This record gives sequence, C-alpha cells and structure tokens, in this order.
Amino acid sequence: MPKIKVQAKSPHIDMTPMVDLFSLLLTFFMLTTSFRPQEAAVIDSPSSISEKQAPDKNLMTIYVDSADNVFFNVDNGADSSTHFRKEIFLEMAKQFSINLDVKRDAKLIDKFTKGASFGMPFKDIPKWLLTEEPKEKEKMQTGIPLDSANGRASELWYWVRISRQKNPNAEVAIKGDGGANYKTVKKVMDIVLDNEVQKFNLITNLQKEEAKLN
Amino acid sequence: MGEIIQEEKSKKGGKRRAKKHSPHLDMTPMVDLMCLLITFFMLTTAFSKPKVMEITMPKKDTLQKPESQIKVPKDRTYNIILTQNDKVVYLYQGSIDKDTPNPPVIKTDLSKDGLRKFLLEKNKTAFKQIAELKEKVLKGQLKMADSTLNRKIKEIKKNDKKGPIILIKAADDKVKYRSIVDVIDEMAICDIGSYAVVDISKEEKKLLESAPK
Repeated sequence: MPKIKVQAKSPHIDMTPMVDLFSLLLTFFMLTTSFRPQEAAVIDSPSSISEKQAPDKNLMTIYVDSADNVFFNVDNGADSSTHFRKEIFLEMAKQFSINLDVKRDAKLIDKFTKGASFGMPFKDIPKWLLTEEPKEKEKMQTGIPLDSANGRASELWYWVRISRQKNPNAEVAIKGDGGANYKTVKKVMDIVLDNEVQKFNLITNLQKEEAKLN
Repeated sequence: MGEIIQEEKSKKGGKRRAKKHSPHLDMTPMVDLMCLLITFFMLTTAFSKPKVMEITMPKKDTLQKPESQIKVPKDRTYNIILTQNDKVVYLYQGSIDKDTPNPPVIKTDLSKDGLRKFLLEKNKTAFKQIAELKEKVLKGQLKMADSTLNRKIKEIKKNDKKGPIILIKAADDKVKYRSIVDVIDEMAICDIGSYAVVDISKEEKKLLESAPK
C-alpha cells in the first residue's frame, strides 16, 4: 500500500468575517477617539453626582494639584481657523516685556500653540518650551504665581484676563485635586472673579448617590 | 502565502470555463495591522468626558458693600462650617448678632446620616415635589424633555419659600478642596436651591472655640 502523503498545502482559514469586524471596530474607535491631552500634573478630582459634561471647546482650565501648584490650559477655540493660544501667548509676552518676533521665534510660538497645560512663571516659558528632556521639563513646572508682585496683578490674573479678551466665549473650569487646600482654590476663584467671570465649572468624577426621605 | 490561484494555461485549445472557486487573498498582514490599530485606538480613547459641577459665585463688590448685601431670613438660614476633618462639621441656625450672640452649635459629619439627614429634613417640601416629578417622568406618566424637566426642577427650587438657605464656610486655611466639593454636592443631592460659599467671620471663629469637640 502506498503511504498516505501529507498535503503540502497549508489550510486556508476564511478571515473575511474577522476582517469585517475589525474594520468596523477600527472605524468606530477612530471616529470616537479624542486624544487625551497630557496634563501637567496628576490630579485626583473629587466626586459628585453632577452628570453635566464639560464643554469641548472654548474652555480654560485651571488645575490645582495636591501640592497647591497651579497650572493653566486654554484651548485654541472652536475650530482650526482660530488660533487663540498663539494670540494669547503673544499678548502675554508683550505684557511681560519678553521680546518675541513672529518670524524669529516661530518655532517657540508654534510649540506653545500646540501644547497643553503648563504651570510656571511666564519668564520661564520660553526655556521650558525649548527643553526636550521630559524629566527636566517636568521639573520646571513650578506653578503659576498667584500673588501680585511689584504692584501688578498676579500672573494667573493676566492669563485669565487675556484669554477672555482673545476669546470672550471661553468658560472657566477648575480642576482641583481633592487634597488641595481650599485656600488655594479660593485664591484662584478670587482671581477669576476679578475678571468678571462668575460661573465656574468644577471638574469632578461622577459618583451616583441616592437620597431618600424617611 | 499570498497566492492568487492562477488560471492554468495548459489547455490551450479547450473552452474557457469560469473558475468555480474564488481566488484566495491572504489577509494576514491586513489583519495584523488592523489588530495593532484597534489596540492603539482602544487604549488612547478617552471615553468618559470629564463631568462638571456648575457653581455661580457672587460678584466681589456686592459682598464688600454692606448696603447691597442681601437680607436673608434668620429662621431659614443655616451655616455650615467645615473643618479639616470630614467627621466634624459645625452647623448653626441664623446669624450671630445682638439678639443671638451665642446660637447653639450642632456638631455633625459629612455622611448620609449626618449632614444629609439634616438637610433633607429641612428641605422636605421641595425635595418631595422634585422626587415626585422625577418619578412620574421615570415611570412614563409624564413625558418631557430633559431640559423641560430641569427647568421645572429649577422652578420648584425657586418657588420654595420655606426651604433652607445654606451658607458654606471653611473654618480655617487647612480645609481641603474635597470637603467643599462634597458639601456643594450634598446641596445637589438634597435639591437645595439657595446656597453660597462665603468667608468665615471673626465672630464665628470665636463661636467655634466653645463648640462641642
């Protein structure tokens, strides 16, 4: 009897359904994805029952971390035709008499425009933007000064004021760490109140709670 | 791998027959790539958008001018004074003035049976109305959009002339932000319409010294 020959052909598995499913999932994730901006500090926000979603656009966020350092972030506006960050940055540089040339410092300005949250005195920002080493960059995040100095309002005041000037629709959100001192958050709120903003969005985690009358 | 079965060209003369089986395309590289991309998007996706709690603060200058201060009825006003310890929250009714220099201070805590029980008891009427309305909507007896429901709830809160007015204060600089958010959240849970976060006064600090520990 002849030996049974093992077939040389590899077995074919029909992968069409799998590919179909994968394409579906891929499309879904690609469309729903919104990239989480990198935050300057780890912030564990307290929980509340509020189910209101934070606005997507036209938002300036003030972060307060557990060590009471303050960070700031403002977005570029509703669509790609607005470049609020750039305008705010240039105006801030003017206010703090740092010479920025739109052509010469294009790289710097571009880096700021594309960046996210930051927290340092304004004079340190150019150096921070040009630093590449992530660890060193992190070290430079010392928080935005909240106290007024040399007879001028605090730096955070300027950030909020100029952001409001450039983008009057910008709302204020405060993302505070649960462990931050209320004193610092209060200071931040006072600075924002000084800019005629009365509505605050406190960013919280959703946690359902039920209350019942006995 | 990667084979498309080609037509045999041996039978030159014969009629061309349509092939019975469809050509096999090797999809493995494509599947590999898709797997990778899906994993990437799944991990980077931020599904839960941050939730926010809205709070409106009074203008600063209205607080500083005494003549523009809003008069609040004493019997409806309750002061909540937070300390750095969540388990200790002081509460007193009315205000400190000539008639009541030493209002009694209650010690409670930030829990279901502490502050919430107290607030619910004081805010019974509004809370009941809102709960009934919500239940009706939930059961389908009343049909309305979320925005209408929210507006109605706001109206109930506004029209409630007996509900408590809560003033939230922090006893000292060491009070954590979490406690403040918890108390504001408690206001939302108990459907309390009028509350404000204000600074503590000297008189109140003095009052706390003699408060139960």
